[in-house]
Amino acid sequence: MRPPSPSIVEKEFLYNSLKESLRIDGREPLEMREPTLSFGPELGWVECSLGKTKVIAQIEAKIVRPPPERPLEGIITIHSEISPTASSEYEFGRTSEEEVTITRMLDKVLRRSDAIDKESLCILANQRVWHLRLTLHFLADAGNMLDCACLAGIVALKHFRRPEVEVIGDEITIYPPSERAPFPLAIHHSPYCFTFAFFSDATIPPVLDPSQLEQRLSAGVTSIALNAQKEICVFQKFGGVPLLPKDLLAIIDIAVAKAQGLHQIVENRLKEDWSSRTVEFR
Amino acid sequence: MEVLNADGYRSDGRRQFELRSITIDLAQHGAADGTATIVHGLTKVFVSVLGPREAKLRSLTIHDRANVNVEVNVAAFSSGERRKRAKSDKRVLEMASAIKSTFETIIQTNLYPRSQIDIYIQIIEQDGGLLQACINGTTLALICAGIPLVDFACAVTCGVYANSPILDLTTLEENDIPNMTLAMLPKTGSVNLTAMESRLHVDRFGDLFEVALGAGRVIHEEMKLAILAKSRMLVAEMKTIGWGEKDLVD
Repeated sequence: MRPPSPSIVEKEFLYNSLKESLRIDGREPLEMREPTLSFGPELGWVECSLGKTKVIAQIEAKIVRPPPERPLEGIITIHSEISPTASSEYEFGRTSEEEVTITRMLDKVLRRSDAIDKESLCILANQRVWHLRLTLHFLADAGNMLDCACLAGIVALKHFRRPEVEVIGDEITIYPPSERAPFPLAIHHSPYCFTFAFFSDATIPPVLDPSQLEQRLSAGVTSIALNAQKEICVFQKFGGVPLLPKDLLAIIDIAVAKAQGLHQIVENRLKEDWSSRTVEFR
Repeated sequence: MEVLNADGYRSDGRRQFELRSITIDLAQHGAADGTATIVHGLTKVFVSVLGPREAKLRSLTIHDRANVNVEVNVAAFSSGERRKRAKSDKRVLEMASAIKSTFETIIQTNLYPRSQIDIYIQIIEQDGGLLQACINGTTLALICAGIPLVDFACAVTCGVYANSPILDLTTLEENDIPNMTLAMLPKTGSVNLTAMESRLHVDRFGDLFEVALGAGRVIHEEMKLAILAKSRMLVAEMKTIGWGEKDLVD
């Protein structure tokens, strides 16, 4: 069921306050909600929230036989179905436009950008490779689920450690975490996604990390995924208000700065979590 | 693969900034209100536009503007190896939704409340620059259908090889180098769509953007010529059945 569109009063209030560079939740136009990352007991289980938007990412690793066309590469699959848990907007079994956008974006940000070294997931060529399965659970939608899901996904990949494997001849031995320390994934770079919302009134500045109401009243969003090394991985603007090239280049500069900040936050949280864990190996 | 050889030629004999030949056919097909076939090198797309007409489903009507519906169909024989794509393929769905949101802002939808405009896109041959061909073809088909637009949407694909921008990529090049599709509105020079899926350093981006915008204007000229030729032909035909200059002015 589609929720009723925002009332005229709400709309007017939002537009008028945005014209004065004020947002309803008290943020600056280009301020992100502070991400909260909490880690579960298992490695590769992350709960990420941006304000009230909440996504859980979880990774499982299995050993499978590789497809014959890619015998030297591991497999990564991403499962991201949006259930009605997140918001009554979404229905079971029906792919909404939002879901298509999020699924494709996750695929581009986490898989196609070569963030994970797939060859390092190969155990024995043609015989056995790791199959990583990233599942995202969308728990609450308070706007900008896309950025939240991308962040959860990349943090889960960075947090995950796979069991140590030894190959002698054709024999594969998998060591449980109690025997040998599990191994982190080989990650080339960590892309982070930033979504900006634009409004049809040119006097309203673009806002970063739109809330649900802002997203609904906006006239198009632009998503940029980039890493701390200033490499753009995805730059996506599908329709919406036409923008002048200089405005687009300006938001890229903003995203570059934000990515470096976010990278620092993520690294610190991962370090904190790792130091609080005791990994035993004899 | 060598994208650009030492003499500055690409695998298909083009220069760095050379576009592939563009062929536009605006002949009428069947019951559609406007059709266009656009060929960019070896990429061929057929677009038909129906409407504005009454929406099939009451739930699809919007009280103050027209609903734009885009369906993309990839022919099984369009690529090198025969492959049937499911209707629910996420890539195809995403492309349809990108085209839909691009044209929602370009079509003056507020002139047709409670109606629907259907855009059916058939991809007949593909060799890179698919989104580009779909957008250019849709612009042309919409114009042929007489639907009022605020501007053309001119799309172009560009990539970066060894620090220099390259225009209008083929599939081989697209697989090899970072690339971006951009749709621009030539009247204001503003950008309506950008789609980049590969890793590229921020410092390279500005140049790429500039070159793509320039190429968009070239494509616009080509499209305008085709539209003008079609209009001239229609005017000439109207004269043969006795329409005078006076009728045309009204």
